[in-house]
Amino acid sequence: MPNHPVLTVEGLQRPNPQAGLGPLSFHIDAGECLALTGPSGAGKTLLLRALADLDPSSGMVRVGGRERNGVPAPEWRRLVAYVPAEAGWWHDVVGPHMPAQATVKEIIGALGFPDPVAVLAWPLTRLSSGERQRLALARGLLGEARVLLLDEPTSALDNESRGLVEDLLLARLAAGAAILLVSHDQAQMGRLARRRLHMRQGELVTPP
Amino acid sequence: MTSYLELSYLDLALAALLLVFNAGLSLALGLRLEGRMLLAAVRMVVQLLLVGLVLQALFAQVSLWLTALVALIMALFAGREILARQERRLAGWWGYGIGSATMLLAGLVVTILALNGPLRPDPWYDPRYAIPLFGMILGNAMTGISLGLDNLTVLAHRDRAGIEAQLLLGASRWRALRPVARRALRTAFTPMLNSMAAAGVVFLPGMMTGQILAGVAPEQAVKYQILVLFLIAGATGLGVLAAVMASVWRLTDSRHRLRLDRLT
Repeated sequence: MPNHPVLTVEGLQRPNPQAGLGPLSFHIDAGECLALTGPSGAGKTLLLRALADLDPSSGMVRVGGRERNGVPAPEWRRLVAYVPAEAGWWHDVVGPHMPAQATVKEIIGALGFPDPVAVLAWPLTRLSSGERQRLALARGLLGEARVLLLDEPTSALDNESRGLVEDLLLARLAAGAAILLVSHDQAQMGRLARRRLHMRQGELVTPP
Repeated sequence: MTSYLELSYLDLALAALLLVFNAGLSLALGLRLEGRMLLAAVRMVVQLLLVGLVLQALFAQVSLWLTALVALIMALFAGREILARQERRLAGWWGYGIGSATMLLAGLVVTILALNGPLRPDPWYDPRYAIPLFGMILGNAMTGISLGLDNLTVLAHRDRAGIEAQLLLGASRWRALRPVARRALRTAFTPMLNSMAAAGVVFLPGMMTGQILAGVAPEQAVKYQILVLFLIAGATGLGVLAAVMASVWRLTDSRHRLRLDRLT
């Protein structure tokens, strides 16, 4: 696959005395997974939120040839899918949380749910933390996002489910997507990512 | 000759003995409420006597501008009350501004409609009709608006993850905050619906009772009360909707982000 950047970030900055960020510059190529490491409170989640345009920030962020400020925010968030460490829910059952896509049952099935149709009717209260995490990931993977921003996507999963998630992510990488992965699982970063970025106090620094 | 029984200050003093009884009860049971009771009673008496004097002077003038000025002052006080009843408020002047502006909007629209529709005094802004009507509408709409705003901001803070999950799927800010706004609107309408459902059965509304005591025929007093309850319902609906929508707009930005940093 030719190396061309899918995500380009230049001078991304969030001026905030309590939780500032940057200026940060980096890029991720097509088919590349970039691991983002750093201690708790280093600003990793803030960076993912800024890239998804959930918090105000300045600087240039481009996906393919499209600059963030030139794309309406709802459309931008379909190009750049962010799956937070703790996903939110707003309905009593699983179904209404899933975008109306033909592939919904396929993806839920690929994440280890034997009966995807039944899962859509499950009440949220019966979901374990691992099931919630896999369904939140399914929700994020349903669109045609070219960039995936994943914050600890397998922290609540057993080895088997983790393997299923990684298989899905590898398939996305093979299809040309770019992934920015926050994880504390060194082995997982080794399996998925070739490059790493390290953060400390909102800045990118040389890994220790 | 008047058709109602006139009250003297001695009559009021006798009624005040009931409060003395309450204060005695508080002392006997160690509730420590006697000081607050005394203060609240004194405030109530002084405020109402002053309002009586102001209304008497206002009614003698029959001026559109004076009436509008009094209405504006009432709405500004109502905005302050709305702000005080909120656990989480919009920062800066927004919390106060949205409360006062929507109160003024709802109160004025409905009062002007009533004065030019069913009531038709001459002139239409006659303060004897305009001010009491505006005050009743304002007082009741204020309860609805403060409940609606308090619910909206508390729920937006509590359900942040759910709102942002919808934004991340490409929902607009209006779509993502719809469940929260809907719950806030339902809560805001509840007191008004309860008071309409219980009127005449569980309690006799104050205005109707006052008119009957003042010698008005019960049939006419009931008609006035029904009119006022409909006006209150209209103003509450208009005010609450405007206040909740304006707050949703301020709680988000043009990039469809949830801006909880705009809350205190």
